Amino acid sequence: MNRPPNELTRTGGPYVVELREVTRTYGGVRALRGVDLLVERGELVAVAGPSGSGKSTMLHLIGTLDRPTTGTVRIAGHDVPGLSDRELSALRARHLGFVFQQFHLAPGVAALDNVADGLLYTGVPPRARREKAAAALERVGLGHRLGHRPHQLSGGEQQRVAVARAVAGDPPLLLADEPTGNLDSAAGTEVLAVLRDLHASGTTILVITHDAEIAAWCPRQVRVRDGRIAGDDGPGTGRRPPGPVPATTKGAAR
Amino acid sequence: MTGETTGGRLVPARLGPSDVLRTGMAGLRTRPARVILSALGIAIGIATMIAVLGVSASSREELLRRLDRLGTNLLTVSPGRTLFGEQAKLPEEALRMVRRIGPVRTASATGVVDTTIRRTNHIPEAVTGGIAVQAATSGLLATLEGRVTAGTWLNAATETRPAVVLGARAAERLGVTRTGVRVWMGERWFTVVGILGPMPLAPEIERSALVGFPAAADYLGFDGHPTTIYERSAEESVEAVRAVLPRTVNPENPEEVTVSRPSDALAARAAAASAFTGLLLGLGAVALLVGGVGVANTMVISVLERRREIGLRRSLGATRGQVRLQFLTESLLLSALGGLAGTVLGGLATIAYALARGWPPVVPPWAFAGAAGAALVIGTIAGLYPAMRAARLPPTAALSAT
Ligand SMILES: Nc1ncnc2c1ncn2[C@@H]1O[C@H](COP(=O)(O)OP(=O)(O)OP(=O)(O)O)[C@@H](O)[C@H]1O
Ligand SMILES: [Mg+2]
Repeated sequence: MNRPPNELTRTGGPYVVELREVTRTYGGVRALRGVDLLVERGELVAVAGPSGSGKSTMLHLIGTLDRPTTGTVRIAGHDVPGLSDRELSALRARHLGFVFQQFHLAPGVAALDNVADGLLYTGVPPRARREKAAAALERVGLGHRLGHRPHQLSGGEQQRVAVARAVAGDPPLLLADEPTGNLDSAAGTEVLAVLRDLHASGTTILVITHDAEIAAWCPRQVRVRDGRIAGDDGPGTGRRPPGPVPATTKGAAR
Repeated sequence: MTGETTGGRLVPARLGPSDVLRTGMAGLRTRPARVILSALGIAIGIATMIAVLGVSASSREELLRRLDRLGTNLLTVSPGRTLFGEQAKLPEEALRMVRRIGPVRTASATGVVDTTIRRTNHIPEAVTGGIAVQAATSGLLATLEGRVTAGTWLNAATETRPAVVLGARAAERLGVTRTGVRVWMGERWFTVVGILGPMPLAPEIERSALVGFPAAADYLGFDGHPTTIYERSAEESVEAVRAVLPRTVNPENPEEVTVSRPSDALAARAAAASAFTGLLLGLGAVALLVGGVGVANTMVISVLERRREIGLRRSLGATRGQVRLQFLTESLLLSALGGLAGTVLGGLATIAYALARGWPPVVPPWAFAGAAGAALVIGTIAGLYPAMRAARLPPTAALSAT
């Protein structure tokens, strides 16, 4: 299923994410024990697996928030272990967007400013930041909630603000660690619909999920078990459009 | 933003000053009570120091203004000691000689009379109340630019009569508040004809009872030798006059003559900072130090509480340096706030105190610069360690903290 390595050693290959024989140990705990994962541009990938299997650890490595103990991590063509902390910061600012299970919104700050501040480190001037933020909020269906502060928003709306913050700068790669974990199914559906639209517009998305239904909805599934990849539909399969958003409340999606 | 996966250089974007300020404010906006409490220590320290410096500068300014009003062109001439260590005497004609010096505008003399002044003859002679009896020439009041608060100064008529003018302190000690009363001097009654106002440049006159030269000779056995000559000249010739005075007054023994400038003592007082000021400044410095510790403490807690925010910012692309700068800015803003409040408080305290005492309120400009500098230094020192800690947090640890 995997392509021959020689095609991948050059930068600028088709892979946004490239993990090769990656391990990560915390003291004595081997969280990852040799992971190979290739993700092409424009894929929507679900990462599933039991608790403690190493999903978050893998996402942190892909997100360059952490470095592998051994192995190769290449993100958007950049060799992560070879980059300085400053370079990694620039890489995150330009190429990566994160959505977490907790929304991590600044309390008491309007949605528009929460999203605009997400662009603080990208070098975009303040006025353009606010314009892009408004556009991103429009994109997640919150164009009418710009001035609302987090406590005035529902959980699903807060998570959509967090998604807007992650994608306001149009990063090629969006990483989401259980984005619907704190939401009920209706709110989860809203968030998935947003991910579907982003995927349709070409963003590469990796979603960690415990929810079998959500995993099955994604065109490509990667199963993690005991720090290893236990199953993978293969690079490229995630480019197919996903089916209809799994929902208990029809029409909750935009 | 392009999605290019080229191996181009990755350079973090620089934050503009307004963005740095914005990140520094992020933590303060949501916790106003804590901001006020932690800035309070610095505010108290700065306020203390500004007030201490302001009050001492105001009192100095008051002294200098008084000096300005009194003039610095007054010189006094008095006898020193002879070669054999005995008390020298000024020649009787000394005053006339001084008046002959060109630039001298006015000169007068007093001479100590060996007697006492008492309210009545029933009071024992030993109880002098520290009041000196002196003969005075009729020009003395003009030379000293003094005034009487009651009655009149000695004139051609009264200087030959048993009449006395009391210095302000002398009158106070004798309990004399009006003219016309009689006091016992030597072996007879003298009538109080005038009471003098304050004499800042000649405090010895304030403690004297003054009679005319002729009266002193006639009634009190005064030998006619002046013991102090007061002289004023044009301001610019004071030094020249000073140089020739000893020789003029006593051509044979100029070294037996002492010349001094009373305003020098006032000027020295204005220049000297009191030990009390030093003590209060020290107290202010301690308060400032405690305030700095308070800010540092607040910052450490702030970093601990905001691990998730730090992780989020790192995931958004903040470099370690940018996180460090954010917390340093926050600490600087805290101490700047304290410094500003302290400066205002200290300034107000100075104004209130100075106005209450009738002084011109003055805070030296360098005190403001010092306050700004102190706030800056404290903010930096207090913020450095917490900022380093924040920058060193691994992004993952920061994000997984709940
Ligand atoms: N910072 C750390 N220090 C020590 N051990 C860690 C650390 N982070 C993760 N681990 C361990 O690594 C293993 C994988 O953790 P990880 O968080 O990746 O699991 P996960 O698949 O995301 O689980 P969950 O579904 O519960 O989120 C676990 O055994 C965990 O205890
Ligand atoms: Mg996890």
